[in-house]
Amino acid sequence: MASPVVHRTLSVERTYPALPARVFAAFSDRGTKLRWLADDANFGVDEFTLDFRVGGFERTRFHSVGGAPMRNDTFFLDIVADERIVFAYSLTAEGVRKSAALTSVELAAVGGGTRLRVTEQVAFLDGVDGAASRRSGWGALLDRLGDAMR
Amino acid sequence: MLNQSGADRIFDALGDPTRRALVERLSRRPMSVSDLGRPFDITLAAVVQHVQVLERNHLVRTKKVGRVRMCWVEPAGFDVAAVWLAERRALWERRLDRLAEALAEQDPPTARTDERG
Repeated sequence: MASPVVHRTLSVERTYPALPARVFAAFSDRGTKLRWLADDANFGVDEFTLDFRVGGFERTRFHSVGGAPMRNDTFFLDIVADERIVFAYSLTAEGVRKSAALTSVELAAVGGGTRLRVTEQVAFLDGVDGAASRRSGWGALLDRLGDAMR
Repeated sequence: MLNQSGADRIFDALGDPTRRALVERLSRRPMSVSDLGRPFDITLAAVVQHVQVLERNHLVRTKKVGRVRMCWVEPAGFDVAAVWLAERRALWERRLDRLAEALAEQDPPTARTDERG
């Protein structure tokens, strides 16, 4: 039986000393985006494709430090140049979908810079009370928390 | 936003690697404060302080049994969803910090005219 889906929302905000057009370009340009989105010490990227348009897909195949294969499948729902990007994506680890999310990236000009806000509504598919989370045990949970804080 | 307190609480309490190690050790079986701290190269007073932080954050429960203080993990305090959310938030924070670096590196020496004034 499938575990209950757990819904949570998070929001992260940053202000950059760059105009909205440049910040927006960091989301639409494949090379720049690859650098900040996926070049993570916790992961290695195997494949990254970006079709940045409403109705387009972005696909990332990557692996964890431990070697577990993972993928992000993103679908762009709304794009307003220099202002807004809304997308849906799922995260799959070792063939199991872990989460699905609706994410809004909003850009606002402030002074000579840009305030960026990411709001993500996540459906965690793992199930808090599910067998998977019980199996993972305290040790794995604490390790993952430690990784998250690196 | 919704339910940030759970994630913040867990991050604060388990941000310290020694506290994470203490919780992991305690997850095997309940034990006294002095047993708990034995493998660690820290004073008993330091162990007590760590346990107090964990207890205050409802991740560990303690009870005086005879002359010793016993400790248990408090499963209800471990909001797994909060940990997932904390991981996701940390991922975005790392990404957005790298975005700052990427923007700084490609910064043109002379600022472009801002047509927005």
